[in-house]
Amino acid sequence: MAREKMTGAQAVVRALEAEGVDWLFGVPGGAILPIYDALFDSKKLKHVLVRHEQTGAHAAEGYAHATGKVGVCFGTSGPGATNLVTGIADAYLDSVPMVAITGNVSSALIGSDAFQEADITGITMPITKHNWLVTDVKDLPRILKEAFYIARTGRPGPVLVDIPKDIQNAELEFEYPETVNIPGYHPPVREEPRLKDAAALIRASSRPIIYLGGGVRTASAYEEVAQFAELVGAPVVTTVHGKGALPETHPQCLGMFGMHGARFANYAVQDSDLIIALGARFDDRVTGKLSTFAPEAKVVHLDVDPAEISKLVTATVPLVGDLKLLLPQLTAEVRKAFAASGRADLAPWVKKVADWREKHPLHYAVQGDEFIEPQHVIRRIWEKTQGKALVTTGVGKHQMFAAQYWTTTQPRQFITSGGLGTMGFCLPAAIGVQLGKPDALVIGIDGDGSFQMTLQDLATAVDLKLNIKIFILNNLFLGMVHQWQDLFYEKRLAETPLSDLPDLVKLADAYSCLGLRARKPSELEDVLDRALAHKGGPVIVDIRTRPDAHVYPMVPAGAPLNDMIDGE
Amino acid sequence: MERDEKLPTGSSHTVSLLVENKPGVLHRIAGLFSRRGYNIASLTVGPTERPEYSRMTIVVLLSSKTVEQVVRQVQKLVPVVEVRELSPVDLIERELLLVKIRTPEKNHAELRALAETYEAKIVDVSPDALIIEASGNAGKLDALEDRLATYGIQEICRSGRIALERGFKTLAPPNLK
Repeated sequence: MAREKMTGAQAVVRALEAEGVDWLFGVPGGAILPIYDALFDSKKLKHVLVRHEQTGAHAAEGYAHATGKVGVCFGTSGPGATNLVTGIADAYLDSVPMVAITGNVSSALIGSDAFQEADITGITMPITKHNWLVTDVKDLPRILKEAFYIARTGRPGPVLVDIPKDIQNAELEFEYPETVNIPGYHPPVREEPRLKDAAALIRASSRPIIYLGGGVRTASAYEEVAQFAELVGAPVVTTVHGKGALPETHPQCLGMFGMHGARFANYAVQDSDLIIALGARFDDRVTGKLSTFAPEAKVVHLDVDPAEISKLVTATVPLVGDLKLLLPQLTAEVRKAFAASGRADLAPWVKKVADWREKHPLHYAVQGDEFIEPQHVIRRIWEKTQGKALVTTGVGKHQMFAAQYWTTTQPRQFITSGGLGTMGFCLPAAIGVQLGKPDALVIGIDGDGSFQMTLQDLATAVDLKLNIKIFILNNLFLGMVHQWQDLFYEKRLAETPLSDLPDLVKLADAYSCLGLRARKPSELEDVLDRALAHKGGPVIVDIRTRPDAHVYPMVPAGAPLNDMIDGE
Repeated sequence: MERDEKLPTGSSHTVSLLVENKPGVLHRIAGLFSRRGYNIASLTVGPTERPEYSRMTIVVLLSSKTVEQVVRQVQKLVPVVEVRELSPVDLIERELLLVKIRTPEKNHAELRALAETYEAKIVDVSPDALIIEASGNAGKLDALEDRLATYGIQEICRSGRIALERGFKTLAPPNLK
């Protein structure tokens, strides 16, 4: 590539173009103005003006979740940068590839408590894979190259590049590097994988279970997982980010386990003698009380991040590496081991799990004609869309109902905030998903509390004429907290009832989009049909659901995984 | 198993790091230790044979299992080129001690003799105080401190541990420029 004279701001635009970025999300401001000015001339980059930087970051996450590409967001110095923090933290915990670019005050002012100055590299150090404060414009091409490389390789995650205004204005001879050389960054792993040991454990196990996490999505290892699972024949459970890693209609798939997993899935994990964890990290929301977790199970743990191995649950056999490359090798090794030495008979185990499944299914009751049951709403939307829509959720009861009742059959179909649990994720993520997948039907399942945390970006969705459909399961409560108060705080409902505000139909009207409402079961079908048929912009659907419909089963925080409340 | 590393219990482990010599690297490492609750007994940092890299020696009080986790977490930091727990068997470790004793001049001769036993030096003398400099492993310096306590220690400054492993092994990976 020939060298070309340009400003730092123009170099940022050129680097993003070189990285194949199409959509990016942000809000301009004083300290990032040179970059926005350069962006004005770009024919390749399409900038979405969001109404708050947090939603820009979540939209970038939604885009990245749906496409597997790196999400990009912009913010100005100070509050612009700090507003990005929640989105960056969310991406960090859910391993979402993201590059956040912030402007900062000029180098000479840094450290002087200047107007709109914040130490955003200091602030985001614990929630990024890495970040940079650019001090010399000549470093900018290299840093941006490294930023995208680090964001998408190994265990993906967010990075942040903070660029002072004078650096944006300074001139450089631009040449975008073709390769990176970062001495301290090693996504490929140096430990020899113990495939034979893992295969021996799998061969000998009579009660194995396969546990799939978000790493399957990260590695796009869907085929490889299906082949492995079918060879081993073990029941399969997933985390919320593992939904769709194996189609939930697959006969071996028991769906999600953990705090709100199905009883049969939790029983199967607890009773297993071997857990094969693929791209998962034994989060407390899936293990329950760690010291009582699957007491008889040995553990084969395959993950791209060596620091996840034996962090919480000790791996009998660790396998560090890229799931997509390593899992087929394990499959081959297991096939060899089966052929050479036979294997334990799984029939009694499979039967036992099937019996649990029959005896303790996920279920809900439709009671009377006064209240709409939230689970029923999820099922009806699923049925009306033949389970083909892409789904984003907020965080709360509606999210767990969606996780339980949205049967996920495709990769990258169920998009949610899992690790950080960020209320307000649904709408901005839906924007990013729809831009990344323009032909897909994108459904948001949100709660009334969650929706109100980012609703200002309805304007963005309307501007872009996105046909996203946000279904708000409105129980007039901060529902998940309400559930905990009902169960663990003697029904003392401290600050969880929400007033019936805003009027969501009028709100939709104020934003020039369609607003619909269903108050009673008899109104539901028509409203869902109208919402799904609507074209020409977003739809907000206010669905009044039974306030005391809680998410069951539930493993109370700190209880053993098989110690579930209700759901019988 | 539960995480029970909150209190500074556990045994002493020496972790050696080769890091890029860039602004903010110490912050990144110290921040990682603090947010994950790893207790640091001492931390030293200094230049190496390559000007673009620094060497850090961090002594932690943790269980062996947790130290393994520390090493894996630290390795994830981008400016960390290499990190390893140094084997206690092959360890050459040193620490520098400066100690100020407030004592009348009549005791100086006695202190000079004591210092000699510990291969220490008296580096400053005033009529009613003196400063002793000693180097060695932590155990030796602790013992010297104990002996000096009876004379009235005014101030102590210890450098924290630096360490290398015996033999030809180095921390720098072979492909490092």
